[in-house]
Formats: sequence, structure tokens, C-alpha cells
Amino acid sequence: MSSVAPADLPIKDGEGEIEVAVEGQTGKTGRVKRRLTSRGATIAALVIAVLWTIPTFGIFVSSFRPAELIQDTGWWTVFQNPGFTFDNYADVLLSPSQSSPQLGSYFVNSLAIAIPATIFPLVFASMAAYAFAWVKFKGANTLFILVFALQIVPLQMALVPLLQTFSVVLRPGQEWIHDIIPIIPVQNYLPIWIAHTIFALPLAIFLLHNFISEIPTDVIEAARVDGASHSQIFFRIVLPLAVPALASFAIFQFLWVWNDLLVALIFSGGTQDAAPLTQRLAELVGSRGQEWHRLTAGAFVSLVVPLIVFFALQRYFVRGLLAGSTKG
Amino acid sequence: MTTADLLGKILQVAIGLAVFAAIVGLLIFFIDRAPKKGRDYWQLVGFLAPALILLAVGLIYPAVRTTSLAFLDKSGNFSLENFVWTFTQPAAIRTLINTVIWVLLVPTISTVLGLAYAIFIDKSRGERYFKALVFMPMAISFVGAGIIWKFVYEYKSSGREQIGLLNAIVVAAGGDPVQWLQTDPINTFLLIVVMIWIQTGFAMVVLSAAIKGIPTEQVEAAQLDGTNAWQRFMNVTVPGIRTSLVVVLTTISIATLKVFDIVRTMTAGNFNTSVIANEMYTQAFRASEIGRGSALAVILFILVLPIVIYNINVLRKQREIR
Repeated sequence: MSSVAPADLPIKDGEGEIEVAVEGQTGKTGRVKRRLTSRGATIAALVIAVLWTIPTFGIFVSSFRPAELIQDTGWWTVFQNPGFTFDNYADVLLSPSQSSPQLGSYFVNSLAIAIPATIFPLVFASMAAYAFAWVKFKGANTLFILVFALQIVPLQMALVPLLQTFSVVLRPGQEWIHDIIPIIPVQNYLPIWIAHTIFALPLAIFLLHNFISEIPTDVIEAARVDGASHSQIFFRIVLPLAVPALASFAIFQFLWVWNDLLVALIFSGGTQDAAPLTQRLAELVGSRGQEWHRLTAGAFVSLVVPLIVFFALQRYFVRGLLAGSTKG
Repeated sequence: MTTADLLGKILQVAIGLAVFAAIVGLLIFFIDRAPKKGRDYWQLVGFLAPALILLAVGLIYPAVRTTSLAFLDKSGNFSLENFVWTFTQPAAIRTLINTVIWVLLVPTISTVLGLAYAIFIDKSRGERYFKALVFMPMAISFVGAGIIWKFVYEYKSSGREQIGLLNAIVVAAGGDPVQWLQTDPINTFLLIVVMIWIQTGFAMVVLSAAIKGIPTEQVEAAQLDGTNAWQRFMNVTVPGIRTSLVVVLTTISIATLKVFDIVRTMTAGNFNTSVIANEMYTQAFRASEIGRGSALAVILFILVLPIVIYNINVLRKQREIR
């Protein structure tokens, strides 16, 4: 049965790939192919595809139009009311004035949050997954099921107490770091890194365990016979073999963190010091919902990274997304 | 952003990564040099400890604590007042009703649209481009999607040229422009459209892969029997992808129950559009009503629980078959 199982990293037979090769098929399948695709269906598909693309396209076009034109004319009249400018992008990204959104700073924050918040859980989860899969110990199954079950706890269940814990435990540390290195603000990335790491662990351990436990026993046994220690097996054999799973999860987690709003709202402090793009944009929509020249350009600044990932790494991206679709 | 700020940020990331590498390095060092006696045990602790400690501090303890907070009143005594509030106050009841509407509409419509689209484009020329177009919204943030659609719903007073696509269509058809996001109850449905826009791509990709898993012989046999396209769809395709259908429906239901960013960005829950996840945030972190926020979190958890369990069961059975 080859239907897709999203809670699994479908590495084996290329399930869940967007680009399933169909072009080369001939003969019998070719005949079926013609009969299945009627003209009406194609038209319906075209309509849906256009409907799905238009909203994004509207934002994209508008982000290059001068502010007055956006306010007074619909973007679909761009040919009757021509006007092209990069000012919106320059304004939202680079302008130092207090009234501009200063997204450059938040863009850096998004990157500074997402990269460590991808690496940390990946390392810890692969270590735990290795232990669950290849170190025999009493209670392994119970413990693994417990970790697995944690996936169903919504983020909302953890937010209030975790914030309280952080304010007691982490806050003094953050102040101490600020005292030693004044260039690092008190409100640094530490809480948000840790929060994202914690919330990623159950899913990451589960997915990586699925993959790592399927490495052939012979390979691991052979290494053991040769006298390899656990850490050698982990670094020299397990990690290299698990690269596809690691890549899929890394991409999923990076985008999840990049696109996240809830965790940021609660743990970032909301200032330029540590807040990511999404939080700044959500705030702008609330406070300056009419400044469409800024919102459109700002939205596209935040979309650019996911879109690059999407088009460049489509294969891993789709797998990762399907695998992580119940996270949160 | 000054250069000093940027420097500080880069420094933070560098220090963060360095400290992390040091911690992992130290762990591995101790794993390798574990005492001979009970060596396996110490190695196991080394591998598992970081993840388990983080989960205990960051997920298990907080979940227990949230549950207990939900049952405490302001002075710290046991009480059900938070839940009573949730099920009696009109605004809170509206939040629950909205959540139900979301979870009824989003999974069904997304799945139907995704399935239809997957079938329409199956084996057509340029299939992958068709897929990429509809799947693209899955890649972007809910905040970004919120802005994109807020622009579609934008309102200008009548007489002025409309810049929102929806109002432009309404005006072109001879109607008056509407303040979509402020008008109850249409606003909730317009927010739901955004979620459908995002989730259809997910449904489409999963179901498309499932459709390709149906043996060609079955389809051909049905054709030889003289069935029409609709009969083939009902009797061959749907049974062939049943598991995937269930998985898609449950997965989207879970995502929809937890929907937060869309509501937060587009209306902040005003104008009767709030849902549980948004109300939880508003109560706990804006109104400092920790108890009510916790009660809403618990309700969310209870709502998600049966769907997740069902989802897992289906997946497990499916794996057994495989």
C-alpha cells in the first residue's frame, strides 16, 4: 500500500514528491492518460490554479507600485496606471526613520532565531533517537511512547508556565550576559531558541527514530564487532546514513520557526532586539493597516525566504512538510 | 539597525552555537570516557539526557501546571469558575462556536478541493507546475497569508475606487462595498477562506500521491466494464485512497483547531471572529487572566486529543498492512 503517511518520513519510494515523473510513460498508461484528462477537467484545474495565485500576485505587483497609486487604483489596473518603484522595499528594509518598519533588523532576527533553533533540536533529537533505536535498555519502549505522545500536547498547554520558568531561571542569566558583554541586549535570543528547541523535540525524535531504527542491524553490529564505541557509531555511521531524514526535518523546522508567530509573541519580548519578521508584520497590520505600500513590500520580504526554500528544495520540503503537518 | 546592533546579533548567534557545540562535545567526551562499571547505563544517559530534561522542564511540567492553573481561581483555591466562564459568557461561547465552524468547514472543503484538483491535473501536461501553484501557500507564513488576503478584502468608502479585489468585484456587479472583516458573521467565513487556501495544497499533494498508487489495471478493468468517469471515481478511486483521505481530514482538523496566526493578524479576534487558540493568547497574555487562558488551553487539548488518537491508529494500521 503506497498511499502517503504524513506522520512518517516517506523516504523510500519517493512518496509525497511534487515532481512525480509521468512524462515518459507510454503504451497502455498513455491510453488511460488521454481518457482521464477531459477538457472540462483541465479548464476547472486552470480556474483553481489562477484563483489560488491571484491574491499573492496582487501583493507582488502592488509592492512595486508607488504608495499613492496603491491607495487610489486597483493593482489589476497597473497597465492603465503605470508606475514602478523600489521605494517601498527601500523604505521597509533600510530607512532608519522611526516611522518606517525597519524590517532589516527583524529580518536578521528571523535568521538568528531560525538557524540555531533548527540545529539545536536536530542534534539533541538525533542523539535521543539513536539511543532509543540502538541502545538496549529497560523501559525503552515506555519512554519512547511517552515522548511520542507528547506530540499531541498543543503549544498552548506549555506557554504560561514556561514563560514563568524562564523569567525566574533565564532572566538573571540574560542580565549577567548583558553586564559582561553590553553589546548583547538583556532581551536576547536565548528564551526563544530554547522554546523552539523544546517544542520541536517530540516530532524530531519520532521521525528520526523511524529512520534511524531502519538502518540494517548488520551495519551497526559490524561496527560494534570492530570495537566502535557508541559515539563513534553515532557520528561515523548513523548520522551520515540519516542525512535525508535530517535534511527533511531541518527544512521543515527552519520554515516552521521562520513562519512562527505564537512562540515569538510570547518569548521574544517584541522589540527590535529579538522579535522576528512575522511578529513585526503582524504588529504593523494592527497599527498601520492602511499603509499598503509598506505592508505589501514587508509581506514579500518575509515570503522570499520560504519561497526560495520551496522552489530550490521542493523535494525535501514537501517530505518534511508532510511529515510535520500535525506539529504545533 | 546600527552596526553595533548587527554585531551584537551576530555575536549572540556565534556564542550560542559555540556554547551548544561545547555542551555536545562535553557530553560525547563523557560518553566515551564513561566508567567501566555501568558503562552502558552512563552512555545511555549521555545520549538521552538533553532531550529528556528539556521535555520534562519545557513540556511535561508546563502541561501539568497549566491543567492545575485552569482549576484555580485568582486567590489560588480550587474552582471551576474558569470553565464556567468559558461556557456561559456570550463572547466566550461565540469563540467556541467559531472554532466549531472552522473545524467543520476547513477540513471538508480543503479536502474536496484538493482531491478534485489532484484528479483534474492527474497525468496532465505540466502537472508539477499545477501542483506547485496550489501548494505554494503551504510554504509561506500564516501572517503573510493574512496580509495577502487582507489586501483582497480591503475596503474603501463607496464612490472611491476600490483597491481590494473582492469589493472591486462587488462594485463592478453593481453592489455597495462592504467592510468585510468588520461584518459579522461573514468575516469568520472570510478568515476560513484563508485557511482553506493554505490547506488545499496539502490535501492535494497527499491525495495525488495516493491516486498514483492505485493500480492501473483496476482503472482499466473498470473502463472495460463500461463505467463512466463518476462511477470509476466512486468505486475505484475513493476506496483506493480511503486511508489517505482520513489522514488528510484529521491532519487538517488538528491544524484548524490550533489556528491562531490568521485570526491574530487579520482581526485580532475582534468583531466576533475569535477562536480558542486566539482567545487563549488574549486572555493569558493580554488580559492577564491566566486561569481563563489555561482553561481554554485545556479545552483545546481535549478537542485535539481524540482526533490525534484516531489519526495515529489509522497510520498504525496502515503500516501493518504495508
